[in-house]
Amino acid sequence: MAKAIGVVEIDTNRCKGCNLCVVACPTNVLSLRQQEVNDKGYNFAYMLNADNCIGCGSCSLVCPDSCIEVYRLIQK
Amino acid sequence: MMNQEEVRLMKGNEAIAHAAIRYGVDGYFGYPITPQSEVLETLEALMPWETTGMTVLQAESEVAAINMVYGGASMGKAVMTSSSSPGMSLKQEGISYIAAGQLPALIVNVMRGGPGLGTIQPSQADYFQAVKGGGHGDYHLIVLAPASVQDMADFVGLGFDLSFKYRTPAMILADGVIGQMMEKVVLPPEKPRRTAEQIIRQCPWAVTGKRGRKERNVSTTLEMEPRLMEKNNERLQRTYDEIAANEVRFEEYMTEDAEYLIVAFGCMSRICKKAIQNARAEGIKVGLLRPITLWPFPSKAIAEKAPAMKGILVAELNSGQMIEDVRLAVEGAAPVRHFGRNGGVVPNPGEIINALKNEFIK
Amino acid sequence: MTKEEIIAQGGSKVNSRPRLLLPATMHYCPGCSHGVVHKLVAEVIDELGMEDNAIGVAPVGCAVFAYNYIDIDWIEAAHGRAPAVATAAARLDPSAVVFTYQGDGDLAAIGTCESIHACNRGENITIIFINNGIYGMTGGQMAPTTLEGMKTATTPYGRRVDLNGYPLNITNLVKELDGTCYVTRESVHTPAAVRKCKAALRQAFINTREKRGTSFIEVVGTCNSGWKLSPEKANQWMEENMFAKYPPGEIKNTVKEKK
Repeated sequence: MAKAIGVVEIDTNRCKGCNLCVVACPTNVLSLRQQEVNDKGYNFAYMLNADNCIGCGSCSLVCPDSCIEVYRLIQK
Repeated sequence: MMNQEEVRLMKGNEAIAHAAIRYGVDGYFGYPITPQSEVLETLEALMPWETTGMTVLQAESEVAAINMVYGGASMGKAVMTSSSSPGMSLKQEGISYIAAGQLPALIVNVMRGGPGLGTIQPSQADYFQAVKGGGHGDYHLIVLAPASVQDMADFVGLGFDLSFKYRTPAMILADGVIGQMMEKVVLPPEKPRRTAEQIIRQCPWAVTGKRGRKERNVSTTLEMEPRLMEKNNERLQRTYDEIAANEVRFEEYMTEDAEYLIVAFGCMSRICKKAIQNARAEGIKVGLLRPITLWPFPSKAIAEKAPAMKGILVAELNSGQMIEDVRLAVEGAAPVRHFGRNGGVVPNPGEIINALKNEFIK
Repeated sequence: MTKEEIIAQGGSKVNSRPRLLLPATMHYCPGCSHGVVHKLVAEVIDELGMEDNAIGVAPVGCAVFAYNYIDIDWIEAAHGRAPAVATAAARLDPSAVVFTYQGDGDLAAIGTCESIHACNRGENITIIFINNGIYGMTGGQMAPTTLEGMKTATTPYGRRVDLNGYPLNITNLVKELDGTCYVTRESVHTPAAVRKCKAALRQAFINTREKRGTSFIEVVGTCNSGWKLSPEKANQWMEENMFAKYPPGEIKNTVKEKK
């Protein structure tokens, strides 16, 4: 069966830590940094469970600041 | 037929419409109000969209009409609107934006009596509104005051030329008499409307869609950074200084040997000419200075004449508005008095001679 | 796996920052719906090849700075007057694709007259209407679309219809006008909703290009700061409350009916 593998790249300085990508992710890949902040003082998003990513692009779709790029590979 | 001059008999308001088409205006946006509705009516009857391609639209309000003008002006188009006093009050928001955006546009006010709904009869009571800004913020319009149907036709072209030269809105401040009366007028030959390429060349700032341009063009009047906003204001003021230095226009009548001076504009200047003829028949040496540009005001010309005058009478269809600018120009060098009628009453020449005698000769 | 490994094995980029979004970081609050709609507008204009003839008309309100974010020509209108500005732009240059981007105060309060009449004339424009039931930029005051009972800075005890009147469903009003060819209500709070909203915007811009009349896209959005909720909670509140009064879905489509 084909398997989708994905990876997201987050422009952390553009991220405002709104958490909407975290909610939108169907495989619980993303989270917000709890201790670390970006230049603007936001707890930015990162891949907590990178191996779960299926590259569906949901996070990127709902991101209001267009700071998420998604890459996807279908393994057969 | 339209590619050459044409002599016609028509109303001042009709002359505005004919001149607009012949100048190559791109768009007119208006709303009916007496005594200027013939501008829109004439344009709708002439259907210039079939000939020159000019857009004509009856808007839902004066507010919408002036904001349509703001939109068209932002595109570098030659666009105009017309209204009368109550409608001009509604347009002030948009006029302030057009001035702030450094945009060319022509606005015609065929004044009627106010305040409030007032009367549909002639008046000059919007002088302050026209020359002191009118809307919010520090700005001026170039204000042209026609005194004949010919002026109405000529000032359409002059108004647009000045407006594009200085990127600032121009106004034709007419009164109900000039709008409604019929006279012989020589209409100018028709010019073609500018092509899209000509507009881009003349107005590189115009919002046209990027059309291959690298940088986007934005027409905005908003600036949140105070220092930059101050710079915007300073740029506007420099433009106004330049206009004041170069574009003052006025007419003199029998001033060479005058001991008394009448200052009057629009229809009032015509009544004053007749009064001057009658007064001179009685041996009173009086002349007229008629400002053609109400802003910039012919302050220098008036200041130069003032010391030789025994008295200066400012005659207006209002309670005393232009007299403030005359007094600022005269700076006490001669006595300055006002004669005015209100509420749509137009005086006869005898009233003006009486006022001159009562104020200065006794 | 890394991005480089995915590409090396024949994978690809799913989606990324639209080409026509300018580099500036948007001034919107975290989680604001405006950012998503801006992104979709930028994508649709690019995909339809309208970069060179699109003219946007920005409102007064939070989206006043839309012209700083999407790389096309813009006119910034006075409060509520965007449809009048767009009317002139569309009529004076029929080759332009003109759209307005307005909030609920701009479109449904101060600009109701211009909005209704532009739609009624069937101007060849797209109107994008962001409805979050509140004035964002001025600090969270009541909007015409504020729900009954909803607390705002000017209805601190909740909107009362006896004092403030009823929430205005202007999109349903606009539907009745013969000049509109396409009226729909969308949202951008889930991936599926974002996809649907993008399709609607695409349809609207095509309608405008093809001169079919006025297309009116309402996007029910959130104002996290004004609503005093986290972005996530705001989305939930929107689903539970805003959608009851403003249900998403296509309302009118004469283009489809004609087919």
